[in-house]
Parts: sequence; C-alpha cells; structure tokens
Amino acid sequence: MAQHGIQEHSHGAGVPIQTRNERPRSTSIEDFAEVSKLQEIWRYLPIDKLKGLTQSVIGEISEDSVEIKLAEGVTASWVETTKAKVGSAGLPEDRIAAIAWTNASKTLVIDVPKELEQSQPSFVVIKPNSDAATAAHVLINVGTHAKTTIVLDHAGLGVLGENVEIVLGDESTLNFVTIQDWDKGSTHVSTQFAKLGRNSNLRHTVVSLGGDLVRVTPAVELSSPGAEINMYGVYLAESGNYFEHRPYVDHIAENCKSNVAYKGALQGVGAHTVWVGDVLIRETAVGTDSYELNRNLLLTAGARADSVPNLEIETGKIEGAGHASASGRFDDEQLFYLQARGLNETEAKKLVVRGFLSEIIQKIEIDEIEQRLIGAIELELEKVGV
Amino acid sequence: MSKLEIKNLHVSVNTDQGPKQILRGVDLTISSGETHAVMGPNGSGKSTLAYSVAGHPKYEITDGEILLDGENVLEMSVDERARAGLFLAMQYPVEVPGVSVSNFLRTAKTAISGEAPALREWVGDLKTAMKNLRMDSDFTERNVNEGFSGGEKKRHEILQLELLKPRIAILDETDSGLDVDALKIVSEGVNRAKANTDLGVLLITHYTRILRYIQPDFVHVFVAGKVAEQGGPELAERLEAEGYDRYLKASA
Repeated sequence: MAQHGIQEHSHGAGVPIQTRNERPRSTSIEDFAEVSKLQEIWRYLPIDKLKGLTQSVIGEISEDSVEIKLAEGVTASWVETTKAKVGSAGLPEDRIAAIAWTNASKTLVIDVPKELEQSQPSFVVIKPNSDAATAAHVLINVGTHAKTTIVLDHAGLGVLGENVEIVLGDESTLNFVTIQDWDKGSTHVSTQFAKLGRNSNLRHTVVSLGGDLVRVTPAVELSSPGAEINMYGVYLAESGNYFEHRPYVDHIAENCKSNVAYKGALQGVGAHTVWVGDVLIRETAVGTDSYELNRNLLLTAGARADSVPNLEIETGKIEGAGHASASGRFDDEQLFYLQARGLNETEAKKLVVRGFLSEIIQKIEIDEIEQRLIGAIELELEKVGV
Repeated sequence: MSKLEIKNLHVSVNTDQGPKQILRGVDLTISSGETHAVMGPNGSGKSTLAYSVAGHPKYEITDGEILLDGENVLEMSVDERARAGLFLAMQYPVEVPGVSVSNFLRTAKTAISGEAPALREWVGDLKTAMKNLRMDSDFTERNVNEGFSGGEKKRHEILQLELLKPRIAILDETDSGLDVDALKIVSEGVNRAKANTDLGVLLITHYTRILRYIQPDFVHVFVAGKVAEQGGPELAERLEAEGYDRYLKASA
C-alpha cells in the first residue's frame, strides 16, 4: 500500500511539464488521433473489444430503448443536441467520446428544478438490445438549492458510446449512480463530465457488474468555491470482463473537497480491471482537501487488477492530499478464522467480499440498488464454486 | 460426554529451507469437563498443536491421528471440525473489515447449529454474555477485531466460546497480553462455559498465572515437540518455582 501526504512534483528545467490538464478538448473527431495502445489513455484497453465504437459514423440510441421513471417534479425531454446546453459540463478528451458526441443528434435532458427537494430516486435505464454501435448523450441539470437522487442504469446487450453531463447549480446536492450491468457481448464507453456550482455537493457512484468491455471516465471540474465531490466505485469482474475506471478531479477553485474511493473484487482467469485515478490541484485551489483510494481483492488466480493513482499538486496551501492503492489476494488467515467458526469456504468468502465492499455499498443509500449489489455478490461467489 | 484423542501426532511445516518437523509424537486425551494445561517454552510446538487440531492448512500431519468421539478429525475440513464441536480461541485473531461483530456472531451461530437462532433468544443470550464479559453494547457494531485492543480481542474470542457452545475448546495463549483484571474476566468466561456446557478445555500457556483462575486437572509439559512430563496441578506449581530450564537441559 502506498500512502502519502502532500507530494509536490518538481521537474527539471527544459523538461516539458505534462499535466493532466494539457489534454486537448474538442467535439471534433478529427482533432483526435486514431485509438491506439501507444496512447496512455488506451494502453490497457483490449482494442478489439471496442467493436464499432471507433468508427466515425455510428447509430444513435432510439427513444424506445430508454426507460425513464422520474420522481415527482423531475422532468425529462429529448432535445436537439445543437439546441441543448450541451458542453456545459465539459468537452471530450478522446476520440471515442468525440465520436459519441458527434453521432448523438438528440440529447436526453433531465431537469431538476431549482429548490426541488425530492428524496425519491429517478431512474433512467438504457437497454439498446443490439450489438450495433450506438451513441447516447445525457445531460442532467440540477437547479440551485435542489436536492435529489438519479440512477442511470445500463443493461441487456449493447455497444454504447455515451457522454453524460452533470451540471450542479449553486448549493445543490445530487446523489448520482451509474450502473453498468451489461450482458455478455456488450461494450460500453462512458465519458462523464460534472461541473459543480458554489457549495454544491455531488456523490458520483459507479457500479460495474457486467460487460465484455466497460470504460467509465468521470471527470469533475471543481471551479466554484466550496464544492464537494465524493466519487465512489464498486465493481465485480469475472472471466470475460474488462472494466476500466478513470476518475479525474480537477481542483480549480478554493476550499473544495474531493474524496475518491473505488473497490473491486475480481475472480476467474482473464478478469481484468484498471483504475487510474487522477487528481489535479491547481495553483488557484487554495484550501483543497483531497483523497483518493483504490483497493482490489483478487479471489482467484488468473485475475488482474491495475491500479494507478496520480496526484499533481501545484500549490502548497492545501488542507490535505493523499492517495492509497492496494491490490491483494484473499487473506488465507481471514478464511481460516471464519471457517474455524463453522462457515464453509463459500460462506466465508461471501462474508469477506461483502465486508470488503460494504464501505462503498453503504454509500449508495438506495435500498434496491444495495440489495441488487449484494445479490450480485452472492451470485458471483456461488458461480465458480470458489 | 465427548472425548478428543490425539495419538502419536507428528506435524511439520513447510519453510524456505524445506519441511521442518515440529511435533514429534504427541499423545493427549481430553474429555468433557476436564481442563488440561499444556505448558512449555517458546518454540516447543504448543501453538502448532492448537492449529493442527483446528486444521490450519499451513501444518502438515505426517503421522498419528486425531479423533473426536471416535470420528477422524483429520479427514474433516476446518469448518467441519468447528461444526463437530471443536473451538480454537486464537492467540492473534484476524481483522475482518466491513463485517460487524453482530453479523459475524450470528453467521457463526447459524453455521454451527445449522439454523438461524431465534431472534429474541439470541439477542438475550448475546446481551447476557457481553455483560458477563464487561463488554459495552456498542461493541457489536464494530468490525470484527478491527482496532480492538489486545484485551478486547481475547474477550471477543471468549464471547464466541460462550455463544457457540463447543464440546472441546483449545485456548491458545489466551492469557498473553492481558492485565490481571482482563485475565480474571476472561477466566471467569471460561469457567462459566465449563460449568454451563461441561466443556473440555485444552489450555495452552507459557505462564502459570492463568492457572490461578482456571484450575487445571492435568498439566502437560511440552518440550521439543512432545510431552516431556505430565501430572496434576502440582506440576504447574513446580514450574512456577523452577521454570523450564530443567527440561531444556535434558533435551539439549
């Protein structure tokens, strides 16, 4: 485990400084090079599993493939992408995101009116039911002082290139969960952007359970003072799953807080997860408090977890900044202890995995999603006869 | 009435230098209601005996047998041994992050008895057992062994002993790291379990101090992987006065 306090990176004179912030941003496909493993952002990815998502022209999600169940007061509409306020939360930083952006002529806009406090969650379920490459664009607008929960669920079969924008008004609070629970044969590349208003609070949780290739890259811009982001992730990967999560927190304004915690359990030959956590604390981000963590539990041999925390700090005037990363095998002493109390091996493993992930699961605070996750863990551990 | 028989037990562990023989022919029989103290210097194989009976995969049984009421314990998995009525109070209980004591105890009780305990009765039993061991009620909300002090870990082990009601318990240096108050509380717990369930106890210890609170019927002195001498409680008193030097010289 690596655990550091403040770390200032220094570079010698003449060496080009490569910060996270220097990546090009554009909606034009031609502004980006073809997808290649030579680029850091694609280096882990099994490119052959991207299917059609690298083609310049792809299809678009039909309105029938999206189920929308909204809590009272929350509204949804399909708007011409050119007319919607798209791009308010961020712009693509890679070719696949630009392709999805360009090919989605309509944007699903979810509006949470200002001052609406709605404890009931709203659900958007995307089920393409096709292996044709498809683009989708979702924009979530949360008005000033509003407070609610929104779940974006992906299920069934799909090859989806997606952009999700989340814009939080001043003093607003959103509990957002994105679930990737795809069938075998599915590919999903989801680029997510969030921009947080003054003193707003976003909880962004990524739940990845199924899919041949799932890549979620949530980028959060903290450009107004006092904003707080908690980014959580929980994933269960087995043979045939490749899950990549790259959370990015950009601290620009003063006195913002960020906390990133992703935990995953892997089992089976070829199960592969990648976590790259970027935190950039700019010179202007005085008073920042930031922490990022990734932990992986490898239940069987043959599974692989890559974990890379990156922390760039351009000011020393901060409250704190740290990162931790650890990936380990099942602890045999834990298993022995539980078995010595009468639990058989499967029961013991279930208890350990649930315990390991519980810290994140408890943060979701949506009962049916928590139950679904616990169910998925049970099922996963029954399967391989662990 | 239960009986644990350890016969001619030879155990080795794998080290980087190859297998290392630790137990060299141990014979011990523990029956319900009896308390056997196994004493000996560091490295004599006391803990190896405890873990071998419980079935820790690190230890390889190279010869001998272990029987519980005539059943071959060596053919049982770790959890089968626990369900058959064997209990090991560990010297270094491990942390289980994210699993609360309350969830853990209930899961273990369910596994041992084969069915979930009736809620009301269970809550009552738990409350009483915790009160007896002077444990705060919020203890059950904590994660198993996470951030526990040495004394809390041992009390938690004895709490399990009282709730799971095994037939034979092995206490592996349960007295180590305890101050005298905690030692008394833990010993009371063991004595209660003996009185309530006619428990047979194999008490492994380096020191005689705990034997003032848990009265042994038999004392076995372990040296270099086997029993060097056995006797009644008077043997412990002699060890108290003379230490292990006499045996170490003999075996050297």
